[in-house]
Amino acid sequence: MNRMNKALVRRETFAGYAFMLPSLVFFLGFVIYPMIQCVVTSFFDSTMNRDDIFVGLANYKELFQDKIFIGALWNTIIIVLVSVPVVCIFSLWVSSVIYNMREPFCSIFRCIFYLPVVTGSVAVTVVWKWMFNNYYGIFNYVGKSLGILEKNINWLGDERFALGCIILILLTTSVGQPIVLYVSALNNVDQSLVEAAEVDGATKIQCFWKIKWPQIMPTTLYILVITTINSFQCFALIQLLTSGGPNHRTDTIMYYIYYTAFKLYRYGYGNAMGVVLAVIIAVLSGIQFKMAKSD
Amino acid sequence: MKKKLDGGKVYRIFSVIVITIVAIGFAFPLYWIITGSFKTSAAINATSPQWWPEEWVLDNYRKLFSRQVAPLWEVHIPFTEILFSGPQVPAAIRWLLNTVFMAVVSMILTCATAAMAGYALAKKRFVGRTVMFTLIVCAMALPKQVILIPLLREMSAMNLYNTIWAVIFPIVGWPFGVFLIKQFAEGIPGEMMEAAKIDGASEWKTFSEIALPMIKPGIGALAIFTFINSWNDYFMQLIMLSSTSNLTISLGIAKLQAENATDFGLIMAGASLAAIPIIVIFLMFQKYFTKGITMGAVKG
Repeated sequence: MNRMNKALVRRETFAGYAFMLPSLVFFLGFVIYPMIQCVVTSFFDSTMNRDDIFVGLANYKELFQDKIFIGALWNTIIIVLVSVPVVCIFSLWVSSVIYNMREPFCSIFRCIFYLPVVTGSVAVTVVWKWMFNNYYGIFNYVGKSLGILEKNINWLGDERFALGCIILILLTTSVGQPIVLYVSALNNVDQSLVEAAEVDGATKIQCFWKIKWPQIMPTTLYILVITTINSFQCFALIQLLTSGGPNHRTDTIMYYIYYTAFKLYRYGYGNAMGVVLAVIIAVLSGIQFKMAKSD
Repeated sequence: MKKKLDGGKVYRIFSVIVITIVAIGFAFPLYWIITGSFKTSAAINATSPQWWPEEWVLDNYRKLFSRQVAPLWEVHIPFTEILFSGPQVPAAIRWLLNTVFMAVVSMILTCATAAMAGYALAKKRFVGRTVMFTLIVCAMALPKQVILIPLLREMSAMNLYNTIWAVIFPIVGWPFGVFLIKQFAEGIPGEMMEAAKIDGASEWKTFSEIALPMIKPGIGALAIFTFINSWNDYFMQLIMLSSTSNLTISLGIAKLQAENATDFGLIMAGASLAAIPIIVIFLMFQKYFTKGITMGAVKG
């Protein structure tokens, strides 16, 4: 009996790894290995066409004295602090209105809010760049026709507005997935509980907060985590719209990593930033999980 | 008698109106891309915009296609200097072809590897399974883009830099697919697997004839998800690809934009070329796509 069991375990293990193998090759080779490399090279002075030099914690030391990095970190935090709550609240509100609509209306709305994601960051960014343009953009035209603006504003070139414009575009490309998730979560809420509460005379608002909200909590948590990660990684928008300008006012960490590694060719320093970014995201995700659990 | 409107109804009507307006705002950039690509340069540079093009022209597309040329296809025999190349065509066509190739190959490889691995993680009781799964979940929570610097050096070392494979392999390695298929494979009833085992079916047969049909919806969802995401994965393409004939359509437009910052008609023609195929595909397979997003979110 024991021997047969052992044979079974061996067979299961062998089959398990055989099925895992093709995926593991790619996963270990192109995700895990680079991740390890990222941490290792962050302790080196590393650039093109020469051997890496071990520098210990020098990259990290420099990082926290680097004014541009601190500025980029600050901008990233502003983006996250604005976009995460707005995305969550807006998508929950839209979903709560559209989830029980007749088909095809629900699908149409869901589709439209997903469009900017599908269109792709480059196509979306170039058209916004046109719309924000100083001379030919429609924002200046509409603003002036409505009497809000007195003269043309160089939206993306002005330190006061550039980051706001970027956040606005980021918002349009961020709500698609949360809306899909919330609509499906709201449709899966246990209907018998809702009905029972309604019979007991609960108002719509009570129904929502006391019954539906706890049930969609896991979805909310997931949305918080993915929106945080996405906002931290905001890159294409910056690179194509402002290249971090004017005067590094719109640098994000991700853009600054790109700039350091692929414009200045300082791989080690870029990797140190990557490690710091990963740690920040990991800590934030951990906190969000903790908060949701204690609720 | 006057119809009474209660608070709930007013709120709902108000919400629907506001959401409709916002939705129009969401669709507007796409409308602006498409109509912009058919406008004359006079209409584009006019101080008061034409909400609907007064005159529809193909000038922008003509300009886009006559800018640069590239061979339609190139096949390089590995480890040799032999290179077969196709006839010269407009570079934008080649970019589109590169993008389709990249997205299709990523999709096929991801689905094949993830189907097997997700099935094994859900249904096989092997040593190290929990460790593997934890590793996958942790990797997924980390920002994908921080590995790009080491990845670039790895690809250069493997002589894959500036080839489409440098973009494909990391997409295939990204463990979201395995996670997604695992969620679907959990639903395969254990009795069916037992029955197959008693009937003496081989491991491969159990997988291909019992598990595979049951996880098909998951694979469909993963396929469309991978296709769209790889099509739009601009950052990785930007870092891995450089020569004109190897660009993807997203990179091509970004380059177009860098070179002719104010020729908005030309840029919109490029943007249409990139956006319309993927939007059509999204609309065709929307159902699967939605399923993929929601299944991937369920915490395992």
